[in-house]
Amino acid sequence: METQARILNVLHKVSGKEISPGADESLFVSGLLDSFALTDFVTGLEEEFGVTIPDSDLSARKFDTINKVDAYLAAKR
Amino acid sequence: MAFLRAFGSWLPPRCVSNRELAPLVDATPEWILEVTGIEERRYAAETDTVAGIGLLAAQDCLEKAGATAAELGMILVASGSSDRFCPGPASQIAAGLGLASTPALDIPVSSAGSLIGLILAAQLAPAAGRVLVVGAEIMSRRVTLNPEGKNTAILFGDGAGAAVVDKETGFARIADSCLYTDGASAEVLFVDDGQFHMDGSAVILHASRKMPRAINELLARNHLAAAQVEAFLLHQANLNLIARVAGALKTPLDRFFTNIARYGNTSSASLLIAADEWHRGRPGVLSGPLIFSAFGSGLNWGALLAVPRESALS
Repeated sequence: METQARILNVLHKVSGKEISPGADESLFVSGLLDSFALTDFVTGLEEEFGVTIPDSDLSARKFDTINKVDAYLAAKR
Repeated sequence: MAFLRAFGSWLPPRCVSNRELAPLVDATPEWILEVTGIEERRYAAETDTVAGIGLLAAQDCLEKAGATAAELGMILVASGSSDRFCPGPASQIAAGLGLASTPALDIPVSSAGSLIGLILAAQLAPAAGRVLVVGAEIMSRRVTLNPEGKNTAILFGDGAGAAVVDKETGFARIADSCLYTDGASAEVLFVDDGQFHMDGSAVILHASRKMPRAINELLARNHLAAAQVEAFLLHQANLNLIARVAGALKTPLDRFFTNIARYGNTSSASLLIAADEWHRGRPGVLSGPLIFSAFGSGLNWGALLAVPRESALS
């Protein structure tokens, strides 16, 4: 499964919503994330992609669109 | 060694409900309750000062401790909302207690300041004897009651808490603690030009990972399971955040004492106000360890483990 589909899977799991936003659409505006779901999203990404997201990267701006998350994960590999 | 001897608190009488606050910030009372767990908060009177309300909590605490101000070896006062930056409220509180030479130091850290005070007090008590820790905040003067200030205005309230840490006597022995600072992320939570600024999503992201990590560190180091803890006493930041911490520790939320519904987030005062209310409702001998934890500006965070006085835990 391609990375963006896996990211969306994590989003659906943590939000409980089947919304599929555009790759550059805000995940907050789309209703998939709020401040608390963001925490689960970051943890879900760590589990799904086997990466450790350091505290220095804990900013909503890094995780607020699928494209940003995709680029972030690519940089981690 | 150091022991928790007593807690104290003082809350202003003026109660501000979500119904009163909501129209000022363009929100509904139900939304405020949903996103924070807060039903009402207290606001200080115009004539109140941070030092003044801190003094009232200190006096309440000394009375509960059966101690006099003259017996104090040191005073530590945490506040992120002090009326004057320098000197902060510590020296005024000492003077209000009638002390002319007892060292009184400020901890200008919002939210985590009382935890820092308790941890420092535990380390200083063997030399200082009896240390008074105060957390006092008038946060209502650090928020803006309009729609632009909504995210902080809905959270904060005013109040003061206090604790006496003693080198010889108390109902619980302070067994361990950990304290951390991450200055690289300081911009997510700060006071500037007299106003409190907060990147709420980032704060929740940091706090919901850092507090469980600190608590787990103490539990692991002391060979304890979360299930053995009698009560978790946390900075009352947001009920949803406390629930996140409980979930991360796989511990039922009812083991976490909360009073945020009635007082809101009183920043560095909240940990000691919560501890005072918890202790009043639970007099007598502890049946298990206590965990204190807080997270706040700096970023500063950590945890403290206190155990029943006669516990064999080293």
